[in-house]
Amino acid sequence: MQVLVLLLVLLILSIVGFRLGRGRAVRVAGSKPGTLHSLPDYYGYYVALWCGLPALALIVLWLSLDGTLLQMLVERALPVQTQALPASQLALVMNEVRNLAQSGMFSQASSPAIAKAAIQFNNLHAISFAAMAALALSLCVAGGLLGLRIIHPKLRARNQVETVVKLFLIASSTAAIFTTIGIVLSLLFESLRFFSMIPITNFLFGLDWSPQMAMRADQVGASGAFGAVPLFTGTLLISVIAMLVATPIGLMSAIYMAEYAHPKFRAVAKPLLEVLAGIPTVVYGFFAVLTVAPFLRELGDILHIDIASESALATGVVMGIMIIPFISSLSDDVLTAVPDSLRQGAYGLGATRSETIKQVVMPAALPGIVGGLLLAVSRAIGETMIVVMAAGLSARLTANPFEAVTTVTVQIVTLLVGDQEFDSPKTLSAFALGLVLFVVTLILNVVALHVVRKYREKYD
Amino acid sequence: MTDTDLVQNVPLTGIAEKVGARLSRRHAAERRFRAYGIASVAMAVVFLAVLLTSIIGKGYSAFYQHEVQITVALDPAVIDPDGKRDHHALEVGDYRTLVRNAMVSMFPEVADNRHERRELMDLVSEGAEELLRDKVLANPALIGSTQTLWVPVTADVDQLLKGHMSRDPARGGQFSERQLGWIDSLTTHGLLKSHFNTWLWTQGDSRQPELAGLLGAMVGSFYSLVVTLLLSFPLGVATAIYLEEFAPQNRWTDLIEVNINNLAAVPSIVFGLLGLEMFLNVFHLPRSAPLVGGLALTLVSLPTIIIASRVALKAVPPWIREAALGLGASRWQMVVHHVLPLAMPGVLTGTIIGMARAVGETAPLLMIGMVAFIVDIPATPLDPATALPVQVYLWAASPERAFVERTSAAIIVLLLFLGVMNAGAIYLRKKFERRW
Repeated sequence: MQVLVLLLVLLILSIVGFRLGRGRAVRVAGSKPGTLHSLPDYYGYYVALWCGLPALALIVLWLSLDGTLLQMLVERALPVQTQALPASQLALVMNEVRNLAQSGMFSQASSPAIAKAAIQFNNLHAISFAAMAALALSLCVAGGLLGLRIIHPKLRARNQVETVVKLFLIASSTAAIFTTIGIVLSLLFESLRFFSMIPITNFLFGLDWSPQMAMRADQVGASGAFGAVPLFTGTLLISVIAMLVATPIGLMSAIYMAEYAHPKFRAVAKPLLEVLAGIPTVVYGFFAVLTVAPFLRELGDILHIDIASESALATGVVMGIMIIPFISSLSDDVLTAVPDSLRQGAYGLGATRSETIKQVVMPAALPGIVGGLLLAVSRAIGETMIVVMAAGLSARLTANPFEAVTTVTVQIVTLLVGDQEFDSPKTLSAFALGLVLFVVTLILNVVALHVVRKYREKYD
Repeated sequence: MTDTDLVQNVPLTGIAEKVGARLSRRHAAERRFRAYGIASVAMAVVFLAVLLTSIIGKGYSAFYQHEVQITVALDPAVIDPDGKRDHHALEVGDYRTLVRNAMVSMFPEVADNRHERRELMDLVSEGAEELLRDKVLANPALIGSTQTLWVPVTADVDQLLKGHMSRDPARGGQFSERQLGWIDSLTTHGLLKSHFNTWLWTQGDSRQPELAGLLGAMVGSFYSLVVTLLLSFPLGVATAIYLEEFAPQNRWTDLIEVNINNLAAVPSIVFGLLGLEMFLNVFHLPRSAPLVGGLALTLVSLPTIIIASRVALKAVPPWIREAALGLGASRWQMVVHHVLPLAMPGVLTGTIIGMARAVGETAPLLMIGMVAFIVDIPATPLDPATALPVQVYLWAASPERAFVERTSAAIIVLLLFLGVMNAGAIYLRKKFERRW
């Protein structure tokens, strides 16, 4: 909150700088405004940038360093025997100090030393913030004054301002790259820690998944089992069911909309399908639990099939419904991109419409449609909320759609919601699962995007 | 011999029939294929209809709630035995006894039967005590007077009166004959009526379904969205401008494009894992805070905004740019003064759609701890909070029957928000769409 106020003050000072810079430029030019290199506004922006940028850079730098520095100082103030603790326990102590400092309830500390450390933490924090604010504000004023001094009719203010803006644009565009790097780094870092405890072959090829760690080392299943194969097969089973539901319906509706439908019908039906696409997945999950699963169970009772209430079938069907609009809109794009000359040629040879579609349009559109289907598969694999709400928790190695199975995403959520211990394989295994999920969807996406792009270029 | 003779000599009779038969088969196939198409579209629409009707059908009744009218004697000896009237004493006063006395006064026959009194108290919600306390705290002068007010009944009574619960204990009914009798007598005397459910709109989460509200979740969603908008709009538009107007065609640009397209298809839960590791473990930002939720949702909406903005910028014809440059504008002036204003409707539409995606997104928020049970309405983006879709998830997991209705109501609210946002996007597109 304090930082926000500081930023607001900086913004106001920059606006003042803008007014001053603009005024000074006009005054410097005097009776001959034509001698100014740039429009007066640019001199204003120039001074405002001098005001804001150095101060902003200082704040960013300060905030990124100050956490570690504070921690070091506070750690040094802890009793010697606490300092001698192993790193993981020391981190726990520091966590308590930080929480205590944030809540301000020093009387609840587990030891007086920790309460003292928390108070010191708060003091140092306040000092650090005051120093930062003072420095930033003086840097802001100094920068503004410097900028004002530099102003001169020959100053190429516009070019310099535009260079700064362009740098900002370039920096923004790298955000996507940094996100990807961030994902890879954070998943890889925790996964490597996990694989140092559990061998990677056990994880990838093990058939038994029960991540619960026993409280005592001598209990049954004390180490937990981290064989992820049942999760992979469960994910696959649900995705296959989803694709079996979504592919025919999505593809046929795309064909109908692209090739047959009257524009008026299209104008009504297409938005309806888009509504289906816009519904949040948590709603689908609730729908699966509330309506589809009980319905299938009753159907199973009538047919004398035993369908679990968290069956893969119910989950897969609902996920399929979610994916229908995705497939239909991607296929629709692909089909409408097929040049009309191909259709006209087929009609000219006496083919009916459906023959044209089946034997001419579809083969031509196939690469694009396959790409779209791959994207849909990647979506089904990564879908979380539907399976978290509607699929089971127990990892079963089965291909029976009437049984309950669990998936990769379900396990990530159950492992990470609630208490997390970043030194136990239980919590870390979620990151290993996340890494697998990321790699698989990445491969699917890259292949699919490549296929679709290639296809587009063919007819562009 | 003429040509016609030649033709007539060949046995043609079979071919014409064969062609005719095949033609009708082909036409039948054509009709079948067409029917499959119609059936597919119809099925998708039916799914949508079933989904919406099942949720609206279950959820609309949560927008009203049954309340009972009680007449409470605000006995000073019970509220504030010390008689000092200080704030703390009033806060911890024994309002439960007051409510009990009020209930018993309506049914004097239960006065000295402990068991029956408990049964009677099972009808009225704990919210009654909260209401009384707030009333007294707001105006301590009321102590000593007698007040008449409507207080909520428990969720089970509400469910019974809404017809979601059977009266028969053998079929899931929760009430004894005696309790059913009280409920009926209150109803016939007009003391038990359904009112608009204000709790749903003014309260945070609660373990008691009749007191649980959406305000906390809505505020949490709002803060997250503000953070998302403040970050993803400038970043997204700047990226789009750079890629469309400034970037040279080289490997670096290709890399950025591949990354953006890929991020658009990365499962959202992965963004949650990134948020957990980077924002919480590395930067030590507070857990469960809408600020962190907003950061994670920025990653979800950013690709959508970038892609839509690029399409909008691309749609501005090149001669606008050439004319601006020809008149002596710099590239940046050309973009800011001419191209961007013309592309703005498309950019805004894309932003709204990206935001709508962020509103409905749940998985990343679970990862960064926005799933806690939080009663208080968050005051700042740094306070622990949930969001609307997460509230749906939390309520859906609650075993109480009344939460089914609340969950559906929360979904209706969520869908309404999404509907309004998408309608805004469509309006923008229709109103400012321009064909060159």
